[in-house]
Amino acid sequence: MSTNLQFDQIRLPSECDALRQEVRTFLAEEIAKGTFDPYRPGHGDSHDRAFSKRIGARGWIGMTWPKKYGGHERSFLERYVVTEEFRVANAPVRSHFVADRQSGPILLKYALERVKENILPRICRGELCFIIGMSEPGSGSDLFAAKTKAKKSDKGWRINGSKIWTSNANIADYMIGLFRTSPPTPENRRHGLTQFLVDMKTPGIKVNPIYQMSGQQDFNEVVFDGAFVPDDYVLGEIDGAWKQATSELAYERSGPERFLETFYLMLELIRAIGPQPDTRSAEGLGRLVAQLHTLRRMSVSVAGMLQAGKEPVVEAAIVKDLGTIWEQNLPNRVRELTAFLSPEIANRVTLEEQLAFATTIAPKLTIQGGTTEILRGIIARGLGLR
Amino acid sequence: MTGESDHIVTESAARIFADLAEPQTINRVDDSTWKAPFWQALADAGLPLAWVPEQLSGAGATLADGFAVLGVAGRFAVAVPLAETLLAGWLLTRAGVPAPNGPMTIAPSRPSDRIIFDADGTLSGSVIGIPFASEAQHIAVLAHGHEGLVVALVAATDCTVSEGQNVAGDPLNIVRFQRVKPVRHGRAPVGLDHAELMSMGSVSRSVQIAGALESILSLSVSYANERVAFERAIGKFQAVQHNLARLAGEAAAALAVSGSAANTITRSDSFDEAAFVEGASAKIRCAEAATEGARIAHQVFGAIGFTNEHVLHRFTLRALAWRDDFGNESYWANELGRHVAKRGAEEFWPMVASR
Repeated sequence: MSTNLQFDQIRLPSECDALRQEVRTFLAEEIAKGTFDPYRPGHGDSHDRAFSKRIGARGWIGMTWPKKYGGHERSFLERYVVTEEFRVANAPVRSHFVADRQSGPILLKYALERVKENILPRICRGELCFIIGMSEPGSGSDLFAAKTKAKKSDKGWRINGSKIWTSNANIADYMIGLFRTSPPTPENRRHGLTQFLVDMKTPGIKVNPIYQMSGQQDFNEVVFDGAFVPDDYVLGEIDGAWKQATSELAYERSGPERFLETFYLMLELIRAIGPQPDTRSAEGLGRLVAQLHTLRRMSVSVAGMLQAGKEPVVEAAIVKDLGTIWEQNLPNRVRELTAFLSPEIANRVTLEEQLAFATTIAPKLTIQGGTTEILRGIIARGLGLR
Repeated sequence: MTGESDHIVTESAARIFADLAEPQTINRVDDSTWKAPFWQALADAGLPLAWVPEQLSGAGATLADGFAVLGVAGRFAVAVPLAETLLAGWLLTRAGVPAPNGPMTIAPSRPSDRIIFDADGTLSGSVIGIPFASEAQHIAVLAHGHEGLVVALVAATDCTVSEGQNVAGDPLNIVRFQRVKPVRHGRAPVGLDHAELMSMGSVSRSVQIAGALESILSLSVSYANERVAFERAIGKFQAVQHNLARLAGEAAAALAVSGSAANTITRSDSFDEAAFVEGASAKIRCAEAATEGARIAHQVFGAIGFTNEHVLHRFTLRALAWRDDFGNESYWANELGRHVAKRGAEEFWPMVASR
């Protein structure tokens, strides 16, 4: 517990430059053939299996994993480059992104060898969509209140209950879910939850869509009615899932996707104010550029420290706290900075479309994957206040 | 910036600061008697002329070492012209002009100010906001001559230095040059210009602000863990915890971006686009962090932090004052915004990603 914050000065190594060019060329080709429209985030499907398979074929999924599971044994900084280039291009990566970022690393650490051999190579090929089964109707940020039960049966477990706000459950192949296997103990309310791998094709699982205020539908309710999960699919210690939230969380919190979600508005703002902006526009843009540059330098630093085996838990939580608030405020800042521009500006339609979309998704940015309040609790704990 | 040598340099700097300029002690004494022995110790350790090479009788430390010292100076809210003397030594060295001993400052320190080097070899002009001019023996000047830029060393007594101070009570003076003959001068090297001077000054101030914010965070967390209200340490209240988490975020941002800018300058041979973007970003974001961080810290401390007796203001007011030297955040945001706008949308992400 300390107030010493550390941000090592990490620069991406030179092997990242060639990789970045490869990714940009690939994305330009995909845009040219109409796979997605980089100017229209939120339009069309945000997932595209065929596209994910082409990305897998390039070796850009499971980049850091061992080769024997289909991985490529590249560095986390190389993965960082790929992630940020896809994010900035608004490429539809939903169907493989969760598996690549967090499900795969959990399997690597906790799954049985035969499960790893079966599943990880398919993730790397872009064939599998994973989802996270954490929240429940009565348990959101308070994960340890989860009630959905896994009850021991012959050679496996029977699951009853429901998960909610489960993004992509309607398209997913597997879930990594958190289920109650024992009641909490008086000494430890976090006791009694176990992580499981769940095949979404299992009988007894029903997925009900939930439509969001942004007009998208990737939220779902997942109802388990006696769904069977084999013993092989237990991940880690029974009743001890709370011990398993480890440094992967730092990756999840500090990646470029935690401040680039509305990045397209920066580009549209630059187009809107033109090459010779007035002072108000220039100053407004300059501040946003400085803030974005700062976030990226912090995020790269955390990635580099993780690569070096350090555990920058507080620093990672800070990146997500600052980053999500920045990307959430961006639509309104761009709206203000373009308020006095001529209605004749060339990109008016695109800008307005993007502003409308970003405004409707903005509220979720500080909720998903750990709310602002939870993050600040983690930071406070790290500072020695809890 | 975490190499072996800057650890040694920063440790020896921290020892001198803690022994002779400990903020709590200084805050209690009502005079400036601590300054002379403190400066002497700094000089004995070679810190003021860290950026002057040994052949020009400096300490010949690296740029990284010097920035590391400024970070520690920020953590102690050091109120002597250490940063200014470092910068003056750096400027003189760029033109091969030997640096004198004793406290120095640097001019101009505002983006719109200019000093003229006339054909008769004298300096003319009036510049505002020169930090510590009234305590400096010499001023290192970047001046515009007929044949280009000139770096000049001027005796402070040859100039008219007005009384004045910043919000933290440190000298901040108007300096008038009325046909002042420099002690010595040299032609500025190709590439060194007013913009580079502003940038170097801004990065130095950014590093100092980040250091001050580190101390502000540490003081605030300690206080929140000690101060009891409603039968609990106030740090146990979620509202206070969240404020402190936000303060940590501002300190983190300042540390990361100032460190990045210092690292960029340290690694590059010339003042290029990267140095401009990093330097401007550092000053903008660190100034924003100073504003927000000082506000939160004072909120955590309540009334006691607002007293003269309490040490907090030594850090918060300096962090706030440092925002204004060498171009404030609005100035740099306008510069950076114009630069990005001119390069256009297609160039923007490649520029960010190249850092």
